[in-house]
Amino acid sequence: MKPISDMLEIKNVTKTYGSGNAAFTALCGVSFDIHEGEFVAIMGPSGSGKSTLMHILGALDTPTSGSYFLEGKDVSKLNDNELADIRREKIGFVFQAFNLLPRATALRNVMLPLVYEETNPEERESRAYTALKAAGLGEEYFSHLSNQLSGGQIQRVAIARALVNNPSLILADEPTGNLDSKTGEIVLGTFQELNTQHGRTIILITHEPDIAEYAKRIIHIKDGLILSDTPNISKKVTYSL
Amino acid sequence: MTANDIFQETYTALTSNKTRTGLTMLGIIIGISSVIAMTAIGAGAQRSIQASIQSIGSNLIIVTPGAQRGPGYQISAGRGSARTLRLEDADAIASQVASVKAVAPELSIREQVTAPGTNTNVSVIGTNANYPDVRNIQIDNGYFITDANIQGIQKVAVIGPTVRDDLFGPDTNPIGQTIRIKGLDFKVIGITTTKGGSGFNSQDNMIFIPISSAQRFFAGDTYVTTIDVEAENQQVMTQVQDDITSLLLDRHKISDPTMADFSTVNQADIVATASSVAQTFTILLAAVAGISLLVGGIGIMNMMLTTVTERTREIGLRKAIGAKKKDISFQFLAEAVMLTFSSGTIGVFLGWLISFLITYLGIIQTSVSFFSVLLAFGVSALIGIIFGYYPACRAASLNPIEALRYE
Repeated sequence: MKPISDMLEIKNVTKTYGSGNAAFTALCGVSFDIHEGEFVAIMGPSGSGKSTLMHILGALDTPTSGSYFLEGKDVSKLNDNELADIRREKIGFVFQAFNLLPRATALRNVMLPLVYEETNPEERESRAYTALKAAGLGEEYFSHLSNQLSGGQIQRVAIARALVNNPSLILADEPTGNLDSKTGEIVLGTFQELNTQHGRTIILITHEPDIAEYAKRIIHIKDGLILSDTPNISKKVTYSL
Repeated sequence: MTANDIFQETYTALTSNKTRTGLTMLGIIIGISSVIAMTAIGAGAQRSIQASIQSIGSNLIIVTPGAQRGPGYQISAGRGSARTLRLEDADAIASQVASVKAVAPELSIREQVTAPGTNTNVSVIGTNANYPDVRNIQIDNGYFITDANIQGIQKVAVIGPTVRDDLFGPDTNPIGQTIRIKGLDFKVIGITTTKGGSGFNSQDNMIFIPISSAQRFFAGDTYVTTIDVEAENQQVMTQVQDDITSLLLDRHKISDPTMADFSTVNQADIVATASSVAQTFTILLAAVAGISLLVGGIGIMNMMLTTVTERTREIGLRKAIGAKKKDISFQFLAEAVMLTFSSGTIGVFLGWLISFLITYLGIIQTSVSFFSVLLAFGVSALIGIIFGYYPACRAASLNPIEALRYE
């Protein structure tokens, strides 16, 4: 196993929306570290602040106060364009819905981050192939349009797209929310495999305890505060190492 | 994003809703093609006006009685009403002004002319032997008025082809026949070649008689209605015109040039005046077409704004995976420009086709200028940029979180 280091570190992060009487605080001071190669589930009911936390971790938003270091770089003070750079280079997203571009093939969807990275076309294709294989999509689906794919296949393409730019961190926001439980299991299995076989750092955001069970560590969050942060010893975790 | 990526994205986006893309393009296509067609018609009209003015003679200076006015007036003002020019003035111009090639005085009256069984109302012009040379007229059959005819004050007439058709019928040879002008018999000695042109002043619908006969039998004095002067070449035109003016001022004993009882106009002025009229007309047509282009541009903007709203989540996704503001704005701008540019191409082709058809059907001779094509391309691309800019900015400034949540 790779040496454990503080890959991600957030300290006293708060987030307040609005101002004055209408001000609403979604996060009231959250701190934790995540090491490279971890598989963490951030769990909480809706309105707990987990989405806000996800946005901050994903460099989609910046905290009102506190600091966020990703691989030693302070992300909390960056502007829009610098945040876009962080997202492109260090983070891979898997969303619940509307994950793929319609009217584009699976392969083209996976290549999209590389388009913004201005990778040369030959390399794009080979990297997209590798990522799609790692995400477990059958090669016969590579040139299917995204609206011809099933829900499970869509999420595999989305996972492949999250992998293709070789990010430090994969952020999955309710990735099984739109899937039936059997397909959901397969997708979660894929995440576990990526974590254990490829050493990928994964953060899974969910409100379902069943799904959080797949992670190695579970952070419970409620009303903008961390309730608990514990290693997961449930049977669903496969320690193949 | 590379140019190729932009092109691919744009192509996919535009072909995904072909009906809407097509209808939006139609606005620009109509705008561009009408600009092309209208300026072609305008340019064609201008050319045909110039050609018809050139056909009345070359290096021509026309001296008419009446007050000096602005160039626009001189063509018709004062003619016939003022009687200040005499035959002697014409002779003086011919003998005293340098670089004059030929001088043809005109005494023009409008008369009912009869032949046995028919009659017609035409211009009867008394002139001299220089007239065909000065006014660019050819003789089809017979001969034109000679100096001998003039000296003899003979009752002979040269008729235009339209007059021949009216009085004797087409394809007849009336030479030697007699026509009756104001009760006097004139013998037809020649027929002029068809020149074309229309209106009251068509040279095909005129009768030419010796100026001496016109003065003797119809006017009863020595005044003339016009003196046509042909200069030796284009370069001396202004000089000749100035010399004629000073000569006539001197002869008429007028010291103040603004009080002149005649006016001179050279052909270049007429061409310039007529051209400026045609040009104004062209600008008017192009302005109307330009408005439709503007409306087309607003159509583009409308479509782009709808597209941005529809694709809000796609924009959110693109931003989440690392697209910068400029990537997004460039993509949407490229879409608008591609839309207008392809419309512009089709519009240019369509405009050219319309112009071609108008020429082909003989309505008016059109001429599509390279400049107007270039302008249309430029304008269409510019419209894409102008009307695509706002939607593109709107797309680029979307917050990725809100965009992803957008229902």
